[in-house]
Amino acid sequence: MRPFNFITAESPQHALSLVAENKNAKFIAGGTNLLDLMKLEIEAPPLLVDISKTGLDKIEKREDGRIAIGTSVTNSALAADMNIRRGYPVLSRALLAGASGQLRNKATTGGNLLQRTRCPYFYDTAQACNKRLPGSGCSAKGGFSRLLAVIDVSDACIASFPSDMAVALRVLDAEIELCSLTGTRIIPIRDFYHGATTQPHIETVIRRDELITRIILPRPIGGSHFYEKVRDRASYAFALVSAAMVFLPDGSARVALGGVAPKPWRVESAEQLLTTDIDEYVRIAFSGASSTHENQFKIPLAKQILTTLINEHKEAMA
Amino acid sequence: MIFDKASENVFDQQRVVGKPQRRIDGPLKVSGSATYAYEQQLNQKLAYGYIVGAQIAFGKISGIDDRKARSAEGVIDIITYQNVPEVGTGAFLSAKALGGPQIQHYHQAVAIVVATTFEQARAAAAALVVHYKRENGQYSLESLAASAPLSKSGAFRPEPVTSLGDFESAFHRAAFKVDETYTTPDQSHAMMEPHATLAYWENDLLHCWTGVQQLNWGVRDLALALGVPKEKIRMRAPFIGGSFGVKGTVMSDTVLAALAAQKTGLAVKVTLQRPLVANNTAHRPATIQRVQLGANPDGKLIAIGHKSVSGNIPGGRPEAAVLSTRYLYHADNRLTELKLAELNLPEGSAMRAPGEAPGQMALEIAMDELAEKLGIDPVELRIINDTQFSPEHPDKPFSKRNLARCLKRGAETFGWEHRSAQPRSQKTGRWLKGMGVSSAIRGAPVMPSAARVTLQSDGRLNVKTDMTDIGTGTYTILAQTAADMFGLTTADIDVQLGDSAFPESPGSGGQWGAASSTAGVYAACVALQEKLADEMGVSLNDLSFSNGQIVVNGKSIALQSLALEGEISAEAKMEYAESRKQFEHQTFGAHFVEVAVNELSFEVRVKRMLAVCDAGRIINPKAAENQVLGGMVMGLGAALMEELVVDERLGFFVNHDLAGYEIPVHADIPEQKVIFIDDVDEYAGPLKAKGVGELGLTGVAPAIANAIYNATGIRVRDYPITLDKLLASSNSI
Repeated sequence: MRPFNFITAESPQHALSLVAENKNAKFIAGGTNLLDLMKLEIEAPPLLVDISKTGLDKIEKREDGRIAIGTSVTNSALAADMNIRRGYPVLSRALLAGASGQLRNKATTGGNLLQRTRCPYFYDTAQACNKRLPGSGCSAKGGFSRLLAVIDVSDACIASFPSDMAVALRVLDAEIELCSLTGTRIIPIRDFYHGATTQPHIETVIRRDELITRIILPRPIGGSHFYEKVRDRASYAFALVSAAMVFLPDGSARVALGGVAPKPWRVESAEQLLTTDIDEYVRIAFSGASSTHENQFKIPLAKQILTTLINEHKEAMA
Repeated sequence: MIFDKASENVFDQQRVVGKPQRRIDGPLKVSGSATYAYEQQLNQKLAYGYIVGAQIAFGKISGIDDRKARSAEGVIDIITYQNVPEVGTGAFLSAKALGGPQIQHYHQAVAIVVATTFEQARAAAAALVVHYKRENGQYSLESLAASAPLSKSGAFRPEPVTSLGDFESAFHRAAFKVDETYTTPDQSHAMMEPHATLAYWENDLLHCWTGVQQLNWGVRDLALALGVPKEKIRMRAPFIGGSFGVKGTVMSDTVLAALAAQKTGLAVKVTLQRPLVANNTAHRPATIQRVQLGANPDGKLIAIGHKSVSGNIPGGRPEAAVLSTRYLYHADNRLTELKLAELNLPEGSAMRAPGEAPGQMALEIAMDELAEKLGIDPVELRIINDTQFSPEHPDKPFSKRNLARCLKRGAETFGWEHRSAQPRSQKTGRWLKGMGVSSAIRGAPVMPSAARVTLQSDGRLNVKTDMTDIGTGTYTILAQTAADMFGLTTADIDVQLGDSAFPESPGSGGQWGAASSTAGVYAACVALQEKLADEMGVSLNDLSFSNGQIVVNGKSIALQSLALEGEISAEAKMEYAESRKQFEHQTFGAHFVEVAVNELSFEVRVKRMLAVCDAGRIINPKAAENQVLGGMVMGLGAALMEELVVDERLGFFVNHDLAGYEIPVHADIPEQKVIFIDDVDEYAGPLKAKGVGELGLTGVAPAIANAIYNATGIRVRDYPITLDKLLASSNSI
């Protein structure tokens, strides 16, 4: 076997120092994606640093009304938290739309943000994949692309990002606290993922010496929250297209889409059109789209989902 | 014993056979103590094998560098085509269990790495370097469909062409016609337990624990693969965690475990890793089917044409999608045709209701289309075209055929009268509602089957046969059979299955298992009864059995007392008289489905499902219902989501794990109901019973397809019916 060390860190600083000493080390929390990747020989870290006992498993309401979610809070715990359910129902609903009960009990907040694509070519080590083996090419281009991204893709990669949770965080303007031995920085989620790039194996701005410690939610924005996820079966499947949508008390709306891009897809500049001209919103939100004949349906599907949500909201308000 | 026709017998009392019974192996399974192949423990040193799959679809191995892998920790040996004698081909499959230098398909095994632990074997396998020379293969059924030749007939290869009357002219002159093309995708069995084997050699005798459905096939094909006599193989499969046809015979796990055990002198355990199952083993091949129906205005079919093309590796069998059409509806003018293209995809083989399930997926949509054109209710149209005689052999009756009863009973129970014939006319909120129906038909073959029954000195009855229980309830129905024969309860019977040292059965497959193996046990029970009668010096006709007693001329003796001085045992085999061929033997059913389809996103939710089944006596209604429920789930998967996606550039099934190959989850499954028609079939066997395991699948998917049409007005003829296909067609409404 490939021997590897497993060390349970006692604090974030401890975890960071352990990883600093071993350049191929990885953090592990729930392990719901990383262990699969190790079994498939896609990842072979010599050291796993367990961060689940570093005290980052709390959801704290701050004095200014913001919420700080520890990185190792499980998806189940986060979805069930009363502050989340009251103030950020779109997040709770997105979490519950993802995976299965068993997985949500293990999967963590930070890990969810960093899960890898579900592109089947990524998981088959006999196939070319720039995300798995930089420079090897992209088998998905011209291959089975039905589930993959339609926008923000590159010649190097057309993978989509599978998280539901991140889509809700994007619509909520969450921030990500990154901690290193030299300090802490806060990155808005809109700047966290790279999207289209010539180096698709580098997916986020996180540096090797950094650990996600918290996800910060701004004060509750109110309004009506929806998370609509359309998939090929009723549960336990990744989204073909999903939408995290919030209708705000001032009559405006905002939305982030999942399943269409290598990151949660949100086009703020077009959001004023959501309540007035959905065709135009979709046109702008997907301008520059590069779909295949297999996945081009995602764009009209996104429009149908948004139309459904807008109608449902109108009916609820009437 | 030769079976011809059953007269009134002990099973007509419906005392044990015919009554719902809990599985006698249930407690073992729910407590985790049923020992499957991979869980067998031996008192000897064990090694683990890890199979390496070919990384190309078609071509040759140009070199193997195993230096790094061999020096990896724990590695005992690495077996490739270079260091063992050439592996032979079995009698059922054409792909070899070990490839090289020629590669026949993607993920064909090219090596097995043997190490002290599974993890060591896996890590070393990743370090094995195999160089390939890729050759151009054929991977697109669509592009070869037009030029594909007729298939050839043979074992499990039906006649490629059948005809009656003058199809072309009758179809030409028919007042109402359907002429459409339907496609079904490659499907994976996706059973819960991946293939697994534990093998070791005791001198020249090979022992294997595996999950093979038909041990006689498994032994035969393993003997052919290894070049050893059948007598030198003992195969055991006491429990099997699902199979659906893909464990009909041995696969690479067994062959390579045996080779590895031979070469290392160790016991070797191998499980096929899940991502290899779809491409390494076998699948249900995709089909392209053209169905032509011609009818008179009164709905009577005058012409039925059904042509299907599928693909397979050289030597492989066709997916016999026209098979059911040869038996389902009457029409005086008929033509069916099977074509087979040579592809270099993994080998296609039997999957639950092979041919019949995908064939009905096409034919039964066509019937729905015809009903609409005729303005006749789809249930009524099927009843109009029902027949009691084999459609291609009008003088040959069915042994029993209750199709019309199934359809009528189903329509009544389901509330079919509430269906609107007008598509897209029923709606609740954003959900379009629709109902669909399909007939179901599946062959009811039987095969010779033997068993040994022993009255033990403790009074218990022991039943042994090499029959398997693939999750269907075989243990229980064989206990029921023996219990009825000796006036006992199932608690008095011990059933031992899945050991090639036991009397030969045909195993589980083709829906023949229940009827065949119960008949074998019946024959053995009769033989034992005769032996007891002999010992008592009376005629068998003077004996009866009840409550653990033998009753002779009004006098009761405890059954146990006869065996106090030693067990009494008898073995017999049931075979079938030529007269069986006077009849067509099939099972029938009707499926009713209600769906809701989201009018904007076109998500489909099945709301209600009903199956009405006609399969003779239902030996254990609880287990039979369970099988039909499972078939309905599989049919829902076939209708809505299951598809092995072919990468036509690279020649393999891309979505080769259970994250990519979606099968229904609990949330997809609605209210399900199963009704069995209360009837028996005297020509089926001594229990007057037929199988239901495959019947439960046939007809489900087209019933769903028809319900989706009824809900949306969109006819999708390309399975699975995913929302993107509905969305694409919705603009034309």
